[in-house]
Amino acid sequence: MAYYDRTFDALGLRDWCDATGGEAKLSMADLLAQANAGNAEDGPIFPFPSLDALHEACLAIPQSRDFVASVESGFLAIKDALKLVLDPPTQPLSWMLEWALQAVNAVPWWLILPLLFVSVWYVSRSRAVTAFVILVFACLGFIDHLDPALQTLSIVLVCTGISILFGVPIGIAMAKSDGLQRTVLPVLDLLQTLPTFVYLIPLIFLFSVTEPKLYGIAIIAYAIVPVIRLTDLGIRLVDRDVVEAADAFGMSPRQKLWGVELPLALPNIMAGINQTIMMSLAMVVIASLVSAPGLGVLVLRGIRNLELGVGLIAGLGIVLLAIVLDRVSKAALERVSAVQKH
Amino acid sequence: MTGNKTGTAKISIRNLYKIFGARPEQAMEHVREGMGKSELLDQQAHVLGLQDINVDMQAGEITVIMGLSGSGKSTLIRHVNRLIEPTAGEVWVNGQNVLDYDEVRLRDMRLNSMSMVFQKFALLPHKTVAENAGMALAVRGNTRAETVAAGKKWLERVGLTGYEDHYPHQLSGGMQQRVGIARALASDSEVMLMDEAFSALDPLIRTDMQDLLLELQNDLHKTIVFITHDLDEALKLADHLVILKDGYVVQQGEPQYILLNPNDPYIEDFVSDINRARVLRVRSVMTADSDRAGEFDGDVDANDTLEQLISLSGGDTYKVYRVLNDGEAVGVLNMKHLVRALVPARVEQRTVM
Ligand SMILES: Nc1ncnc2c1ncn2[C@@H]1O[C@H](COP(=O)(O)OP(=O)(O)OP(=O)(O)O)[C@@H](O)[C@H]1O
Ligand SMILES: [Mg+2]
Repeated sequence: MAYYDRTFDALGLRDWCDATGGEAKLSMADLLAQANAGNAEDGPIFPFPSLDALHEACLAIPQSRDFVASVESGFLAIKDALKLVLDPPTQPLSWMLEWALQAVNAVPWWLILPLLFVSVWYVSRSRAVTAFVILVFACLGFIDHLDPALQTLSIVLVCTGISILFGVPIGIAMAKSDGLQRTVLPVLDLLQTLPTFVYLIPLIFLFSVTEPKLYGIAIIAYAIVPVIRLTDLGIRLVDRDVVEAADAFGMSPRQKLWGVELPLALPNIMAGINQTIMMSLAMVVIASLVSAPGLGVLVLRGIRNLELGVGLIAGLGIVLLAIVLDRVSKAALERVSAVQKH
Repeated sequence: MTGNKTGTAKISIRNLYKIFGARPEQAMEHVREGMGKSELLDQQAHVLGLQDINVDMQAGEITVIMGLSGSGKSTLIRHVNRLIEPTAGEVWVNGQNVLDYDEVRLRDMRLNSMSMVFQKFALLPHKTVAENAGMALAVRGNTRAETVAAGKKWLERVGLTGYEDHYPHQLSGGMQQRVGIARALASDSEVMLMDEAFSALDPLIRTDMQDLLLELQNDLHKTIVFITHDLDEALKLADHLVILKDGYVVQQGEPQYILLNPNDPYIEDFVSDINRARVLRVRSVMTADSDRAGEFDGDVDANDTLEQLISLSGGDTYKVYRVLNDGEAVGVLNMKHLVRALVPARVEQRTVM
């Protein structure tokens, strides 16, 4: 006797229940319950009217696992169509990541490191920051972690680049249209609050684990949020008087965007880029679960095989990389802000 | 004075209303039914920025707009280049209604025939001072070299040589304001809108700038709309003076005339503190019967100030002078009239004058 039997009787649904209800597949829990058949009745006195509890009383009602199964089959049903749509536009992402990783492997260290240091100098124009970066990479190289560190770095840079490429225009469009802002903000909130693992689940089914775009998309979806937000904010915060002056002197919308709004929003956009870089780095470690190479793989090995030293050292490498990326992007940010403080 | 010139006015503002708030159209109904600024704010939560403004600004003249803080001066001047859309009314420039312009024509007008100096400077913080001063040229598509050259030329005129490569935030407020003035001058447009363009300047530089403006005006005959709080400045610069209060025009006309014939206690307060002897001119207090026979104590020029006359007469109120303008006798100045003009007229005595 199930608790809700009488409810269905009272509602006059008994015939419907018995007519449609087939023999339900037994779950593990059911088998266990049957094994302890003697005390089968000592469940809760008043069970929550869940699908499973109702199913006991009326076979026509599906069990929760049927619901889960239908979600799964639903996703699998649209999977191929979704893949067909998503595959071609995301393919360049795979190529770029592959290319970047191959480049890191192929180019000898004595070429790639100087190149890196020169670009750090170019971006930050700070002797201290450049010296710090040189020191960090010397240390990483010394303990044979240079390759994974460079792999991680190249993934972060590719994903950040793509985030900027899409995030800045989206942010600009949001700043220009209140309607668009109202629609996009909830999506950004969602992307930012979803636990990072949740991104990976549907992606694993959509793309094969051997494709770099699998983790590329996961990283970008997570890290693009701040650059969009801060571009939008930055452009909305541009001094109204200055925009008015631009109007008064007859600037076209394009002149205004390139000559006034973007330059004045640049400090905010750069702050967004800084956060995007940091979030890419955070995600690239998690993405090693789905075959992203780099320091994350070593951390993962440390956890899986309880290799404490490997995990700790890789973790330290990530921290150092994080500091490097943060310092360099902050130095660049300071450089642009210095010119235009009021 | 200027009412008869409507047809030829460079800028002509007709029945202009501006209401700030969520539903200006609705509030406009109430205003049409006679609701005032404070009632509108209390009952409808809308700000009546401007009400029924009618002003003609002649080509080649300086029109000065005066009024207390919040009286709507900045709002009015922004309607001329349509930085603000009016709630009702028309703005005619060169015989065309600016409100009929589409975006392209509006931009063309702002680009080629109007420039503006802003109360809050509004310089581009990421451009050098010279680039800022040459901004109008850069917007028109001139090369950077041309922009900077024009910028430098006008920076020199406003006394900022040597600061060309600084950034605005490295300059004092008054210096930034002069960059804003140079920017408007460099655009070489026929209309200049100057919103408290001299307000941040010290008295000496301010006098310099006023003289510069008058000197340029002598050569270039631009149409200038000038906003100021300062009556001395208004009287020095104005060909036509418009006095605003709570968004409406209290009085407008020739400044000397307003000074002698204020039609509102508000204006009396405005003009009461001024050194009238230094501001009023002979032409404003003389009587125009040029063919009066008799003895004169001497000849004076119509544009002499009363102060000059007082020192000429040695304070003797029995003297009578013949007034000349370009060598021609145009009137008679009785020192008694002059002395009377030095005392501010009250509204109720206005007819006596
Ligand atoms: N965007 C706006 N929204 C609401 N009210 C406004 C707005 N702009 C101006 N006002 C109102 O319009 C009135 C006139 O403002 P305006 O800036 O024209 O004054 P002003 O004469 O230039 O004053 P000041 O001498 O202080 O510059 C004020 O009461 C102000 O509150
Ligand atoms: Mg103002």
